[in-house]
Amino acid sequence: MLEARRLSLDDRLRGATVEIPAGRVTAICGPNGAGKSTLLRLLAGVLIPTNGEALLDGTRLQDMKPRERARAIGYLPQEPQIAWDLSVRNLVALGRLAHGSVRGGNRQKPVDAALSALSLERFADRPVSTLSGGERARVLLARVLAGEPRFIIADEPFGSLDLAHQASLARHLRAQAEAGRGVVVVVHDLGLAHNIADRVVLMKSGDVLADGPPDDALSPAKLKAAFGIEGTWLGEQGARVLSVQAR
Amino acid sequence: MNRPNRPNLILLACLLVAIPLSLLAGRAWIFGQEQGTALLIIADLRLPRAFLAVTVGAGLGAAGAAMQGYLRNPLADPGLFGIAPGAALGAVLSFYFGYAASGWLLPIMALTGAGGAMALLALLAGRGGGIALFTLAGLMIASLAGALTSLVISLAPNPWALSEIVTWLMGALTDRSWADVALAAPLTLVGIVVLARAAPALDALTLGEDAARSMGVRMDHLLALLVVGVGMTIGSGVAVAGIISFVGLMVPHLVRPLTDRRPSSLIVPSALAGGLMVLVADSVLRALPLITELRLGIALSLIGAPFFLWLLLRLRRGGTLGLT
Repeated sequence: MLEARRLSLDDRLRGATVEIPAGRVTAICGPNGAGKSTLLRLLAGVLIPTNGEALLDGTRLQDMKPRERARAIGYLPQEPQIAWDLSVRNLVALGRLAHGSVRGGNRQKPVDAALSALSLERFADRPVSTLSGGERARVLLARVLAGEPRFIIADEPFGSLDLAHQASLARHLRAQAEAGRGVVVVVHDLGLAHNIADRVVLMKSGDVLADGPPDDALSPAKLKAAFGIEGTWLGEQGARVLSVQAR
Repeated sequence: MNRPNRPNLILLACLLVAIPLSLLAGRAWIFGQEQGTALLIIADLRLPRAFLAVTVGAGLGAAGAAMQGYLRNPLADPGLFGIAPGAALGAVLSFYFGYAASGWLLPIMALTGAGGAMALLALLAGRGGGIALFTLAGLMIASLAGALTSLVISLAPNPWALSEIVTWLMGALTDRSWADVALAAPLTLVGIVVLARAAPALDALTLGEDAARSMGVRMDHLLALLVVGVGMTIGSGVAVAGIISFVGLMVPHLVRPLTDRRPSSLIVPSALAGGLMVLVADSVLRALPLITELRLGIALSLIGAPFFLWLLLRLRRGGTLGLT
């Protein structure tokens, strides 16, 4: 279990308490500046809270050895950077860094598994600069999967993807949750969040506004409180569409 | 495992060919000399000079590769850290106090200068070790060291000291002895080993600072390794050869296409290629039929500055420089 207990960081996050269970997709939603990325970075152990604590199975993240924490929690940052034009395989192999060497026979297995999970085998030897945006997003997720973490934290991975790639990435994340991993993902598209998440955490101005099943946490009343919009949910369960009144 | 080693083997082979060739070249070509004279020239002048060229170049190349990896910037150069200017300040101060008094004063002062710059950098960049703060701190130290160096020059006690200082700042490998090799080689080697230890963390930084942290990289440890590694390679290099610029910028660029482009694959080949570049440049300059020998530091800057501009132009035209 990964959890945030009264987690605070300056004014950006003010005492957020959230539990991230294994085997579930948890979506974090909220307007810009709500503290979603801050919460994720704290849960990934990238930032150290000013108050409260981020715990993995009861141990504070900052008390864990960085490599031990890295083996348990995989983090995909918002607007990921790729400074050098590595091959797809070498980039995905970076996910094994916390497990020791990135080379060697048995180290290749999880890398191959990650490449195949995201259907990247045929790109393995291509430089990442030759890939499209959607392919690159899959490579970056494969890097996280190669580390075989128990929790996957992804900050707005759908942002720059077209609809087909969004759907494909959503399927991959769901598959990871079904394989027993805890998945936390920041999602801007509320319809997408409603459809892929088992649970939604709705945030505003550094506070957690709602936390529960999508129908509750994204109810029209909560959406009005968080975004100030008049929204109505249309469509079937699993294929919801949010209709927003323009005026 | 084989492919990453191939550039190393090629560069090592080039070095093994270049070192004996460099012993032949010079104002006095070794052919046509008496045997005793030839042996003397080789053993006392050219061999230490060749070793020193390889040592200094290796340190510059490895430090440049590590810095570019750390800053994720293909335009980074050891001078940016402020460590080379710090070492130069120490060296220049030693002229002020009288180099003639002790041949050891200069290297000790240069290393102290590098150490001082290192300590200041670690202090300013602090525990967070953010890359932007680190770069700014490095730039600040570089310009402070430059200003202090100018101050020392303006306060030079006599014209002779002034000319000594200015000559030093140009960087050269003339009239160096085995003592210089004994000083620089072990320090540079240890520095390169330290930088190589930082290599896996530099690979992780390819994906940005947050991703690297999440992958278990301790940024404060990485910073410490870089400060010590770059300090030792650059400090000892400046101590024996003065300021030689642009090698740390050019070498990783030339080597990168031969590797798989991971920062960790770049450090050792950059060390070998840096050694090769400085050795070849020094030998060519020595053999040029000029009245006074062109200083190595000046010559490499004359090549390096246009190279830097060419890189900038490629960047402006949307070239990739190995970036995505």
